[in-house]
Amino acid sequence: MDETDLQKDLTMSELRQIAFYGKGGIGKSTTSQNTLAALVEMGQKILIVGCDPKADSTRLILNSKAQDTVLHLAAEMGSVEDLELEDVLKVGYQDIKCVESGGPEPGVGCAGRGVITSINFLEENGAYDDVDYVSYDVLGDVVCGGFAMPIRENKAQEIYIVMSGEMMALYAANNISKGILKYANSGGVRLGGLICNERQTDKELELAEAMAAKLGSKLIHFVPRDNIVQHAELRRQTVLQYAPDSQQADEYRQLAKKIHENSGKGVIPTPVTMDELEEMLMEFGIMQSEEERLAAIAASEAQAG
Amino acid sequence: MPQSADKVLDHAPLFREPEYQEMLENKKVKYECGHPDELVQEIGDWTKSWEYREKNLAREAATINPAKACQPLGAVFAGAGYEKTMSFVHGSQGCVAYYRSHLSRHFKEPSSCVSSSMTEDAAVFGGLVNMVDGLANTKALYDPDMIAVSTTCMAEVIGDDLNSFILQAKEKGSVAEDFDVPFAHTPAFVGSHIDGYDNMQKGIISHFWNKTDARTETDSINIIPGFDGFAVGNVRELKRILAEMQITGYTILSDVSDVYDTPSDGEFRMYSGGTSLADMPAAKNAKATLSLQEFCTPKTLAYCKEKGQETASFHYPMGVKGTDAFLMKLSELTGKEIPESLRLERGRLIDAMADSQAHLHGKTYAIYGDPDFVYAMAAFILETGGEPRHCLATNGSKAWAKQMQELFDSSPFGKECQVWAGKDLWHMRSFLNTEPVDMLIGNSYGKYLERDTGTPLLRLAFPIFDRHHHHRFPTMFYQGTLTVLVKVLDMIFDKFDLDTIEPGVTDYSFDLTR
Repeated sequence: MDETDLQKDLTMSELRQIAFYGKGGIGKSTTSQNTLAALVEMGQKILIVGCDPKADSTRLILNSKAQDTVLHLAAEMGSVEDLELEDVLKVGYQDIKCVESGGPEPGVGCAGRGVITSINFLEENGAYDDVDYVSYDVLGDVVCGGFAMPIRENKAQEIYIVMSGEMMALYAANNISKGILKYANSGGVRLGGLICNERQTDKELELAEAMAAKLGSKLIHFVPRDNIVQHAELRRQTVLQYAPDSQQADEYRQLAKKIHENSGKGVIPTPVTMDELEEMLMEFGIMQSEEERLAAIAASEAQAG
Repeated sequence: MPQSADKVLDHAPLFREPEYQEMLENKKVKYECGHPDELVQEIGDWTKSWEYREKNLAREAATINPAKACQPLGAVFAGAGYEKTMSFVHGSQGCVAYYRSHLSRHFKEPSSCVSSSMTEDAAVFGGLVNMVDGLANTKALYDPDMIAVSTTCMAEVIGDDLNSFILQAKEKGSVAEDFDVPFAHTPAFVGSHIDGYDNMQKGIISHFWNKTDARTETDSINIIPGFDGFAVGNVRELKRILAEMQITGYTILSDVSDVYDTPSDGEFRMYSGGTSLADMPAAKNAKATLSLQEFCTPKTLAYCKEKGQETASFHYPMGVKGTDAFLMKLSELTGKEIPESLRLERGRLIDAMADSQAHLHGKTYAIYGDPDFVYAMAAFILETGGEPRHCLATNGSKAWAKQMQELFDSSPFGKECQVWAGKDLWHMRSFLNTEPVDMLIGNSYGKYLERDTGTPLLRLAFPIFDRHHHHRFPTMFYQGTLTVLVKVLDMIFDKFDLDTIEPGVTDYSFDLTR
């Protein structure tokens, strides 16, 4: 390996790319921004790439909603080739760099292609130079090839799935794992772990840990519910900025530390079938089996009669 | 009936027969419901005005007749230049028919290329199955040594990942694990054929060069010709020059000169010539990679540089200075002197330019095509004392426009010249109407501008569908420039004769000697 190769290798290994996936409304953007705001306290230089047409993945870092998304400006100028990096790269809290890919209005066009276009644009124009972390915040499920862009070869090394104890969040986590598995064998992407965003459902911690175990992964952190997150969010701030001394800010610091130390420890996930998933919920007594359900109906009918 | 089996009329004279004339006239009156002729004339004249030109330039929402093609065309062209390589375009079938017909119509040769034939179900579920079956079928039916995969818009919109698809296809056994399947994502809605060429070149080169980390530098050099409709003539001329200079240690990365010019000797050659795949790993050890066309190779050259090679790029080495710069770089890199034979060729070219100076000086031109060609053509025109007034490249970038302006500024003949990056042939139509020039230089699509504006068209850029075999003769380097000079002069003299041919009116200048 000659000198330039070596240099490239060093910079490549220095750049850590992670992605946050999870069911819509689970608190992905909130969790990721708070975590990254904590990571910056550890001296890391960060770039956030919002891969959601709603363009709200950087709102708390920028203290305002990003107006100039890559695709919005590209549409205005006629093509992505006319864009300059400065037009779309905004600097927010603690010098965290933020880009929103943006996307079409709901119901038209193809947001998946938008993600591909944006990430290619950022790479080609040197947005990844001079940062330690690139974090992708990706909408909902891996619905199509475009939303899998961050987990392709040479993109994110680890995926963190934000979930909760709710059935549909578990279902989504399992689905995302399927997406990761598809690419894990041909590339380097791994499941970094689950992050449980507390919803105060029954046996939530145990369920999250069991889900992580089913996927062959681990629960990275259990983020307790605290209204202070709401207060901060209403002020378009992360908890780290709004109440740096709060208990919740410390939770995010712990999560950031765990993610930072989790480098290279991701796994190839082992997603389960829908039946297995339901079985697990029954084990935890969250879901009734068919017999239980019939018995319950009979009981309530008897009561009514 | 005017048509009979004994005397078959071609459609041009056939439709001038009274039966057809009457039928066409009836059709116009009864069914076409067109505007009156005077109004058509009036609007037609208005499109030639300055007012229309300004409106045309302010146009935002539409491109009319862009002078560019899409990425996969360039990718297919680049792939064709490698030994026994089949280009495989992952996506819809119709696109591939277009690349094949475009290349065939220009080179008058068969152009082999396959499609993964994605249909609606593939668009919904992803094209993995098409890749798996497609690679296996391609290998089984056409027995290539390498399959170069690119993509159409369809595969790009749904986000098919070639890297993972090809690995999975190999796992499923469609082709052997060690079979060469380089790839490049070539979304047709981004950039143009020159970007597709660049992406595929980088895909193929990096496929071979990334296999090991090792690199032991040798004295060899690599040369990338770039996307060029005259590649058959030009690559052969390049090899002749290298031989003249006694340079033997070189690899031409993508050489289409044989596959697009196969002989008729009873044997069909699906593959012919091309860059030897066995030479590819060693090409990494070359001390330098030269690109004949800068705007065809930005990513590829950056990759070569990353691997530790020296890189240099040119703009379609044509004209005196353009060829000088290339030969001097060759000499500097290889340590070989520029031989007397090439020095004489240079002298002969300059002599020819000087002989015709009276007819070349002050002539005005409009030029369009790919960025490097337009640069070279304009530079050569300036060398002849001509003025390349309108220089247009639909796929020209801001960086190209800047280089063009610097070129104009370097010559007294460049004062009234303008560069038009990103504009199309409908813009060119306006320029030719409001600021007429003596000659238009472009490709076959220019014939409609020739018809509309009366500007004689010289075909020197891809694609040329309606004139045959010009691509077999070089347009690059001193000899090629001489060919170009003769073509330019022929057109000037033909026009001169035409303008002086009327007996008793203009024929006082219809001279035997020009």
